[in-house]
Amino acid sequence: MTTTMETSAPEHLTKTSRGEAVTLLEAISEALFEEMTADESVFLLGEDIGVYGGAFKVTRGFLEHFGANRVIDTPIAEGGFTGAAAGAAHMGLRPVVEIQFMDFISPAYDVITNYIATSLYRGAGPMPLVIRGPVGGGNRGGPFHSQNVEMAFFHTPGLKIVYPSTAYDAKGLLKAAIRDDNPVLFEEHKGLYRAPALREVLPDEDFVVPLGKARTVREGQDLTVVTYGAMVHKSVEAADILDAEDGLSVDIIDLRTLLPMDDDAIVDSVKKTNRLLIVHEDTRTGGIAGEIAMRVSEKAFEWLDAPMLRVTAIDAPVPYSGSLEDYFLPQVDDVVKAARYLAAY
Amino acid sequence: MSDRDSYGLGRKELHELYRALRLTRTAEERLEILQKQGHVTGGLYRSLGQEAGAVGAAFALRRRDDGTGDFLAHTVRAAGALFLFGGDLEDFFRQYMAKGSGPTRGREANVHWFDFQKGFVGPVSPLGTMIEIMAGITLSFRLRGEERIGMVFYGDGASSTGAWHEGLNFAAVQRCPMILMVENNQWAFSTPTHKNTRVASFADKGPGYGIGADSVDGTDVLEVFDTVRRAATLVRSGEGTRMVELRYFRRLGHAQHDPQDYVDPALIAEWEKKDPLDQYRRRLINNEWATESELDAIDSEVFEACRVAAEKVIDEPKPHGPDAVDDVYTDVRVAYPWTRSEAPNPAAART
Repeated sequence: MTTTMETSAPEHLTKTSRGEAVTLLEAISEALFEEMTADESVFLLGEDIGVYGGAFKVTRGFLEHFGANRVIDTPIAEGGFTGAAAGAAHMGLRPVVEIQFMDFISPAYDVITNYIATSLYRGAGPMPLVIRGPVGGGNRGGPFHSQNVEMAFFHTPGLKIVYPSTAYDAKGLLKAAIRDDNPVLFEEHKGLYRAPALREVLPDEDFVVPLGKARTVREGQDLTVVTYGAMVHKSVEAADILDAEDGLSVDIIDLRTLLPMDDDAIVDSVKKTNRLLIVHEDTRTGGIAGEIAMRVSEKAFEWLDAPMLRVTAIDAPVPYSGSLEDYFLPQVDDVVKAARYLAAY
Repeated sequence: MSDRDSYGLGRKELHELYRALRLTRTAEERLEILQKQGHVTGGLYRSLGQEAGAVGAAFALRRRDDGTGDFLAHTVRAAGALFLFGGDLEDFFRQYMAKGSGPTRGREANVHWFDFQKGFVGPVSPLGTMIEIMAGITLSFRLRGEERIGMVFYGDGASSTGAWHEGLNFAAVQRCPMILMVENNQWAFSTPTHKNTRVASFADKGPGYGIGADSVDGTDVLEVFDTVRRAATLVRSGEGTRMVELRYFRRLGHAQHDPQDYVDPALIAEWEKKDPLDQYRRRLINNEWATESELDAIDSEVFEACRVAAEKVIDEPKPHGPDAVDDVYTDVRVAYPWTRSEAPNPAAART
């Protein structure tokens, strides 16, 4: 690009370099800022990301620092600007698209599934493109500001899907996604964006978290919980209760990347604990639990001592009122209850 | 515009235009033969009567083979533009015959192929999407300060899609240097234009996006060339996005499997009189820009080129089935179905 502006880095985007703790949202901002600084071909497209700094302020200060050619406020047309990002990626740029709320990604479904994810296979070359944005419920956002969209795209060969649960992973995974030559859908749970418990001091160095690798959140012997995103933290809460009240130790696997999935991490854990519980915030039917259970059936059926179970949201649109939404979403108690059932089976 | 106007083109260029028109027609006629012989995989979508639109438009752009020229997004009815941008004739036949030696190695059909050095990007079947893609390609030209422009073809039907609107609106706002080429052949499969839009001319859609638009007789190769050349100058000089409507008629069915019994034969006969190749040939002769024998020589040379290329490709191998798992990702190989590689043994699973 021809127009990088020479200004010093804004303070709120360089906390890590001063040894200060960052939230998950700040970790994402830092990842974007560092990648844009290191690589002039990285640029941003999205609604209200420039002058306003993004609906969640992920890109606050970016327009002033990088200029209007690298931080592009777009019309309200997710298909239009996601498709344009694909065209720019053909020409060697590395666009990062922000979907203001991932619920709004549907107009881009066509170009993502038919064009972007098939590009390499059709002989049109790599597609270094990240589509990122907030997902998830618990914020009383109602049906159109709360959805998880992974399973609408999970059935799309050629696409990678990433869903971090910690600030460290969010930064490392986003940097890896931007450097990846494949299209990546990057989901950010808005309930984790500013969660005080997730603030952490990150290494003051250039690090990435490789895509396609799960993380063992804690080691256990009695039961495996496979999960990702915000449900990692609810599963940890449940594991604490199970440890304290039942003496059960739970192996918790955070998938981090949903597509392609780290089968080995899941299978290794199941072979150790012989019991599998899958926890996801997304709705139940067609949720990722079905695919995980099938893979375990194919690769570790003989090691299972109990049926594979799942804790998920109910099969409904995301409701608005708190009492409804709390019932809709999987809760810590659901995880505890299912784990006790499996342990006693 | 007089029939005697050559729009500044010299004899060599006028002949080059003729050859591109003839090549489009003859290559497609060769495909019909190949299809009847069972060599073509999938549908065959003829451009009969539309050749001049693609050829005249592409001729007006800067065509290079080193990644510095203008960019084309063609359609299956704009093969002439693909050839002018350097699309190889043998590759054309390889694509239609789904050969492993073709540019997409059998993954994609007909003109759906790519060469970013020569400057063309093949379509996806929902063609409205290509407006979005070309908006991004030409956005990169603007962001990098390159004097390149793009041209995207699509039909009257694609003009009704949401992707068309979103891509065009984005391009117009961002002043992306591109020309939208509406191939108004009056039919979207069996759906006539009046069921696709209420505008009298597709050029009427331009002002709704704040862009300039022209409408041109798509059977007249020189008029198309001149119109697009002027549009390209404006686009290149910073005006941003423009639109050109090509008016003509699809004289054959949507594809060869479509007998188009929904079309009045009298209408087809009327448009036959405006055949782009015939009228251009008459013009070349009448203006003494070419002799009969010169044009006959071009016809023979093109016929031979198509015959030789097609025959060469016929015996080339189909792709290897297991290659279907390659190139889904740059760095991850998807799994083979386990039943394809070994005889399943239930006892082994329990060890």
